[in-house]
Amino acid sequence: MDFSYTIFILLIPITTFLLLGFFYNRIKPAVSGWIGVTALTIVAGLSYYTAIKYFFYTPKLEGKYQTLYGIKMNWMNFTDKLHIDMGILLDPISIMMLVVVSTISLMVHIYSRGYMDGDRGYTKFFAFLSLFTFAMMGLVVATNLFQIYIFWELVGVSSFLLIGYYYEKPSAVAAAKKAFIVTRFADLGFLIGILLMGYYGGSYDFGILNNPEGAAIMNWASSSFMGLSVITWALLLMFMGGAGKSAMFPLHIWLPDAMEGPTPVSALIHAATMVVAGVYLVARMFPMFYFVEDGYALHVVAWVGAISSLIAAIIALTQYDIKRVLAFSTMSQIGYMMLALGVSKFDGHEGLGYMASMWHLFTHAMFKALLFLGAGSIIHAIHSNFMQDMGGLRKYMPITHITFLIGALSISGFPLTAGFFSKDEILAAAFEHNKPIYFITLFVAGLTAFYMFRLYFSIFWGKKKEYEHTPHESPWSMKFPLMFLAFMSVAAGYISFSEMVTADRAIFHIHFDFVGAAIAVSVGLSGIALAWFFYKKPTDYPEKISTAFGRFYTWTFHKFYIDELYLFITRTIIFKYISGSFAWFDQNVVDGSMRGIGNKTVSFSKLIKGLQSGKLQDYAVAFAGGAFILVLIVLYVL
Amino acid sequence: MNISNFLVMRHEIILLVLILFMLVLEVFTTTKNKKKLINVAIGLFLIHTIIGFFPQETASLFGGSFKTYGLVHFFKNVLNFGVLIILLQSADWLRDKVAAYNKIPEFFILLFSSLLGMYFMISSGDFLMFYIGLELSTLPLIALIAYNSHDQRATEAGIKMILSAALASAISLFGISMLYATGGSLYFESIATSLHESNLAIFGMVLFFAGIGFKISLAPFHFWTADVYEGAPTQITSYLSVISKGAAVFILMIILFTVLPVLNETWKIVVYIVAIATMFTGNLFALRQQNMKRFLAYSSIAQAGFMLMGIINADELGISTVVFFVLIYIFSNLGAFGVVQAIINQTGKENMEDYKGLYRTNPMLSLVLLLALFSLAGIPPIAGFFGKFFLYTAAAQKGYFILVFIAVVNVTISLYYYLLPVRAMFLETSENPIPYFKSKNMMRAGLLLTVVGVLILGLYSPLYGYIVELSKNIINPDLLTYLAK
Repeated sequence: MDFSYTIFILLIPITTFLLLGFFYNRIKPAVSGWIGVTALTIVAGLSYYTAIKYFFYTPKLEGKYQTLYGIKMNWMNFTDKLHIDMGILLDPISIMMLVVVSTISLMVHIYSRGYMDGDRGYTKFFAFLSLFTFAMMGLVVATNLFQIYIFWELVGVSSFLLIGYYYEKPSAVAAAKKAFIVTRFADLGFLIGILLMGYYGGSYDFGILNNPEGAAIMNWASSSFMGLSVITWALLLMFMGGAGKSAMFPLHIWLPDAMEGPTPVSALIHAATMVVAGVYLVARMFPMFYFVEDGYALHVVAWVGAISSLIAAIIALTQYDIKRVLAFSTMSQIGYMMLALGVSKFDGHEGLGYMASMWHLFTHAMFKALLFLGAGSIIHAIHSNFMQDMGGLRKYMPITHITFLIGALSISGFPLTAGFFSKDEILAAAFEHNKPIYFITLFVAGLTAFYMFRLYFSIFWGKKKEYEHTPHESPWSMKFPLMFLAFMSVAAGYISFSEMVTADRAIFHIHFDFVGAAIAVSVGLSGIALAWFFYKKPTDYPEKISTAFGRFYTWTFHKFYIDELYLFITRTIIFKYISGSFAWFDQNVVDGSMRGIGNKTVSFSKLIKGLQSGKLQDYAVAFAGGAFILVLIVLYVL
Repeated sequence: MNISNFLVMRHEIILLVLILFMLVLEVFTTTKNKKKLINVAIGLFLIHTIIGFFPQETASLFGGSFKTYGLVHFFKNVLNFGVLIILLQSADWLRDKVAAYNKIPEFFILLFSSLLGMYFMISSGDFLMFYIGLELSTLPLIALIAYNSHDQRATEAGIKMILSAALASAISLFGISMLYATGGSLYFESIATSLHESNLAIFGMVLFFAGIGFKISLAPFHFWTADVYEGAPTQITSYLSVISKGAAVFILMIILFTVLPVLNETWKIVVYIVAIATMFTGNLFALRQQNMKRFLAYSSIAQAGFMLMGIINADELGISTVVFFVLIYIFSNLGAFGVVQAIINQTGKENMEDYKGLYRTNPMLSLVLLLALFSLAGIPPIAGFFGKFFLYTAAAQKGYFILVFIAVVNVTISLYYYLLPVRAMFLETSENPIPYFKSKNMMRAGLLLTVVGVLILGLYSPLYGYIVELSKNIINPDLLTYLAK
């Protein structure tokens, strides 16, 4: 089967970016919007065609899906063994991601034509969206660690640009910077992990590394560092990069702030695609995570996922900014995907967690993008992000209301929605392999239903507010994506994922467990019922509860002060004490003579005198002293 | 001297002729016509650069004190290319500013002399030639640093440079004499086999290292850097930070690998310590700089620390990664300095404050600076990233993971300050931004070359393969087997 046409999936968005980026002064906004939408329609079409061709018409090898390459070329030979390739890797998860990214990106493009209408940087916005789409597509089809790292950073850069899109707002600039720095810090781990993997695993190529009988996996025990295999260290460091991108505890602090970006961007990047890159990375390296050192690294993944999902769900209960509630909800759901991967095994039905994680990734992309776009529609109408400013909107915005309800039901795991099916499989996988995590997951399911319906009731029901301008329904360009995604938020549950995306690539059939499903559904429903009781009509219960929790509520409201902790470390320790003292030295010792020159009142002769008597000697002392200290170190210390 | 010798010393002889020609022209040109000399000099240098690209055989002259082989030839071309870009970028400055005090031809004579010194330095086959080359490359530079003798800052920078350089020369000469005392020869090839590990030899090696570390501005031999970079004319600053540093790194690497392999256990420790010190010094000082030239000075100190990471590999891989990195660094840094220079020429502004809102008024200039800074910061997929990644791999290959870790931490720190000008240009607004201006064609060509260089090095991979080919067989395999015994 020939898949070489898949190169166009990458070429079209980058061309669009270059076209819109270079000529953004000359292209009319309306035209640029259409260029973006058309390009993405073609990309989405190609992705769907590839998916159909791969899953239904490409013969399997011994009952398993094969790994195919659209393109694979040698790009740089580093040493005889290590070389860097660029290419397009096609296997079930990369094709699934192609479908997810292109679908959501297309919907966001269409939506943005309405949402960003009249914005000064309209064309620039579409250019950035294309850049992001290109980077994300390149990331998912990467054939090796090096390629994934390049696109990984490119995704980070385009996310930085889009968060800081409203650059007049200082908070947006600060948020963009924060996101960039935090994820860069995490990527530091990723890069070292890649280097370790290249050296000890002997390759960057996924095909070679992930081969269960290959050298990288078989020889994991050959070298160790601090009681763990070096390969395990490499995997953990790579997971650190993934945790940064996917906003896992404790590297999640950038995600809520990233909500400063335009809402369509939040839907595309910070809900559906970029933030799941970490999950994708673990899934991509799954055989390594699973086989090396009996899945030690995978165990860490499971617990980081579980803790993140719990913490995020608790914080989401107390937030008032609707986009931040959704942001914490995203973090919580990604935690689900991580823990599902973490508890998974490899063969057949044992690999249920892997399948469930990928399925949840798919359904979550649909319903979370829907919820964000719905929130965007509301913000567009009300011009506020805070739920205190909202209420009784169901009358004014019927389509937004219905679609938002579908999204909320789906994320809460209401029976027969997509979220119900995928979440149920995650719970089943956790139940089979790790009981403590199962109970956390179940608890989070209840919390999720509660905070989503707290959001829903306060926006669409509750007290009717006096609005300055009567809110009205959004234009069709915004309603259509909402309706399509609402459809997908139900329909995605009926795709038989276990026949397509599995850990060992062989298909299996899910045994539907009624008891487990009943427990999960009843927990979800009680969450919804509680929210109904609290928020359908304005009551004083929420206030009573928050007073009852007292200190804990305050902690939660302030997101457990994790941001403040980081600020203390960076600002006080690094900037004030370390960098501050360096700056003092530079200003007073090194720069002192320079400032003397700036002072015009000092006569020239005096100045020369000042130079000769002072600083140069210091330099000379440092020079000679440094050389002699080096000699002493080399000769006597070592 | 027969014709084949001419071919071997092609670079040196043509450049020398150029220098003499400029001297003669200077005498016979009236003050009014001196501005025309700028175009003449740049044109002649362009021809020289092109001639340099013709292939050359491996050869040695003067009983082995002058050597040339593929990599040296390649590196001379790289230096030529860098100098060409600097000349293009300086044309405006010479025409508008320097013409006022009538010192145009001298600029070229001094700059070419310094470059000639570098040729001899990197082609040297014994310590005598090396030292002569080193001095020849440094002394004209001092005159160039204090070129604008009406400017107090420049004069002060010149004084600082001359004293620091004298100290560095003295120390490295002292080191060389110790190596001579233990090795019994000045010729690289004989030292390589006759030198034995002794305290005196180690002492000599460290002092030699310190002397050349001054040129590369490695910590703790870097103190002159920021003052001189800030005080000197910007074109000379970029020459110092790029050409001078690149050549010194190259010859340091060649001498350590081929002349002092006996001491490799020891110099690896020195390189290790100095690399870490240099990276941290450069980065932590750069964090709070407001002056763009000073900022780039510290950034270039930090970059030198990275280069040492490749040297520690002490193998062919080390050579090729360092040369590749230097190549990328030359283009990226010249891009950054070029923009700074264009702005200084037009407005005299050199503080980061002044760059606020530059993207609105001068989009092309800010894009060039963006690309250059991203390359210096090592953001993929821009060239600088590959350069750094290869250096990490070179160090990691020999198991220096702690060094790699420190380097990666430093890259993350550096990202913060490289983004400061970017933020100022693209995200912040100013009530008094630098107004739009149109650079002259020469300046544009100079900037365009850096952009093309950065893009090609990032995307066109075979160049790295070519450097790898050139790096083979530089370390004498017989010597290695001899040492193994």
